[in-house]
Amino acid sequence: MSSESGVVANSIRNKLQTALEATHLDVINESYMHNVPKGSETHFKVVVVSDKFDGLALIKRHRLVNDILKEELQNGVHALSIVAKTTKQWDESEKIIESSPSCRGGFGK
Amino acid sequence: MNTLIRKSFRPFLNSTIRASCRTFADVNINEKIDKIVKDNKVVVFMKGVPDAPRCGFSNAVVQIMRMHAVPYVSHDVLSDENLRQGIKEYSNWPTIPQVFINGEFVGGCDIMLQMHQSGELVEELKKVGIQSALLTAEQFKKEEKK
Repeated sequence: MSSESGVVANSIRNKLQTALEATHLDVINESYMHNVPKGSETHFKVVVVSDKFDGLALIKRHRLVNDILKEELQNGVHALSIVAKTTKQWDESEKIIESSPSCRGGFGK
Repeated sequence: MNTLIRKSFRPFLNSTIRASCRTFADVNINEKIDKIVKDNKVVVFMKGVPDAPRCGFSNAVVQIMRMHAVPYVSHDVLSDENLRQGIKEYSNWPTIPQVFINGEFVGGCDIMLQMHQSGELVEELKKVGIQSALLTAEQFKKEEKK
């Protein structure tokens, strides 16, 4: 699995892990679902479980993640879907991550 | 003057120059966006139009709005590069779609979806005087049972 993940995916994973001390972290490259060349790293979904989200409203958690990945978002990462939970919320959840909605062809046009 | 500069730059607008394009962005875009989101209760900045969204995330937001029968104003960022950049800076949010309620940035697709699922959206709409169609349907059912 890790041998398949790209440079950007790795960078996203490292940054989130370090900054948020994630207890669970998934970085899913969803670019294949979109109108981009094979092997692209443009569309991602991240599942981050961290106690640093404790007491933060959803929008603040998302802003925190966006901020950590600022560089990536300014350099080619075009879509970022975020699931941000605390360890407690994650343990209580069904841990099922739905895939993002399918593309409608608007990328880059 | 501004248009002249933009026109003369247009042929060179490619992905490498796009980053610096921001410097040329219409300085008034911030004010324009401010007016749009303050003049309307619910505003959606999206890719495409509600009848033909051009991105799955934008489509998801449109579907949520439809479910709740929310009257809203939509703006297509794909038809206006200035707006596309401007809105990201205005809300300090890197992705599209973006939803504003009562002049305030509420979130993108993920947050709208979660607010829809948790019932929070119904409450937020209520605050600005919009009754969600889902709530109306629920009340109707209760009335029938009586």
